[in-house]
Amino acid sequence: MSNHHDELDEKTHPKGGFSRRGFFRGVGVTSGAIGSALITEDEAGAAQGAGAKAVGPGAVPVTLNINGREHKLNIEPRVTLLDACRNHLDITGAKRVCDRATCGACSMIINGKVVYSCTVLAVDAQGRQITTIEGFTSPSKPHPVSAAFVNNDAQQCGYCTPGFVTAAKAFLDRNPNPTEAQVMKGLGGNLCRCGTYMGVRKAVLEAAKAMKGGKNA
Amino acid sequence: MQAFEYASPTSVKEAVDMLSSNWGETDVLAGGTDLISLMKEYLHTPKRVVNIKGIRELGGIRKSGGGLRIGATVTIDELAESAPVRAEYPSLVHAALGITSPQIRNMGTVGGDLCQRPRCWYFRQGFGLLGIENGASLIPDGENKYHAIFPHPPAYYVNPSSLAPALIALGAKVKLTGPGGSRELPVEQLYTIPKDNNSRETVLAPNEILTEIIVPSAKGVRNATYEVRQKEALDWPLSAAAVALKMKGTTISSARIVLGHVGPTPVIAGEAERMLAGKSLNQNLAAEAGKAAVSGAKPLSENAYKLQLTRVAVKRALMEAAGLKA
Repeated sequence: MSNHHDELDEKTHPKGGFSRRGFFRGVGVTSGAIGSALITEDEAGAAQGAGAKAVGPGAVPVTLNINGREHKLNIEPRVTLLDACRNHLDITGAKRVCDRATCGACSMIINGKVVYSCTVLAVDAQGRQITTIEGFTSPSKPHPVSAAFVNNDAQQCGYCTPGFVTAAKAFLDRNPNPTEAQVMKGLGGNLCRCGTYMGVRKAVLEAAKAMKGGKNA
Repeated sequence: MQAFEYASPTSVKEAVDMLSSNWGETDVLAGGTDLISLMKEYLHTPKRVVNIKGIRELGGIRKSGGGLRIGATVTIDELAESAPVRAEYPSLVHAALGITSPQIRNMGTVGGDLCQRPRCWYFRQGFGLLGIENGASLIPDGENKYHAIFPHPPAYYVNPSSLAPALIALGAKVKLTGPGGSRELPVEQLYTIPKDNNSRETVLAPNEILTEIIVPSAKGVRNATYEVRQKEALDWPLSAAAVALKMKGTTISSARIVLGHVGPTPVIAGEAERMLAGKSLNQNLAAEAGKAAVSGAKPLSENAYKLQLTRVAVKRALMEAAGLKA
């Protein structure tokens, strides 16, 4: 029984540039930062066409298309999409909460469908269109779902919120005119421990109205 | 999770060649919804992971001989949205939509649903597939409220597949491909009772891949699945029944009734099936069939409540299949 090895395994290396997260991590971790720094273009792309040739277990070049931008990384095949984004690319909107494909805080949209990014290998997400919450909403230009979450007090501590907003956007893209029952079912993959479900449901219904008759942001 | 080699072959042959003939050394990755958690818990520590999603022939749903051939990497969402599936197989659609959450349905695959490891918490906490410690299973005297009411010692876990009961009721087969070629077998024969903690619960060889599910035509076969669950989402059912009824007018000529989540393999309720033949279904008969379906059950210390859930699941699945109000 060895269920507590995550910290040992997922050595989180500071990335090349300075960032608040990189700084915090740098304080605690004094590793050589070999495996995971951003790499040059020439080295990237090999893992994608790995085909029948096995790569790894050490770091391999991985190219991810996130929010319309290509990111080239050098990471081990075991690194999840969530950890690649959070620990290597500073894309931290999606949260790591249960890390077991249950709570939904890590929700991202891949090729139009919402997934648990904690349970997708980054190496397996290559060649696909990955959208994180940063890709469709921002404080200066909030997506109708984000705005509706604010209007309906649909968050409390906020940990689940990015995942909920992402799952709600993906849900509304597929179901533009949902009933409340459909909203409940459609967001069944996300948990809120504060219990803000009432507000979330209202927010999603309001966002559906706001998005009607026009392209959403 | 332990570091591993990764490969993404584009043909079944390449994939099979990359798999070890010993369990534990390699794993097949499709949707990953089970495998990646198993690896995070160190329950699976493969040296190599072989991703089969890049193999084109394993995707897609094709009409074939009046029935369907469903590729192993078809996602649960694709299955539930498929027009030919919706047209003839409501039991499959219902079972697919019961699978936990939109995220899991978007990621998880049909082959993965059939091959996922049991949810038994002894297994998931590292006590082995059978929960055996010092030569005896911890489960009969342990925390067994979610375990089998049709145990098959030494196996007390329940088969976790949502689709298997419906597929068995419909007479579906699975195609398994290994180094020596392919074999087809009825879905019920995919599952077996492991003899020890290191055996597996399916007949798959370590270097075999479940490549396809072959579902016969369901023309004239009324079919339905009914699940009883504690929560609406994010969990496996407590009990489920899938039924397929061949009808002549309002008379049942033959019935298939398969129970899920109550035994280490899906349980075929033979006695209940036989009592329906030649009869016209009504609420009383459906309830009697529900009783017959659990007549051979041997519940454990904490799970006798599943008897009633299973009776109700059978009754409601029958009523739904026959188009009657429960």
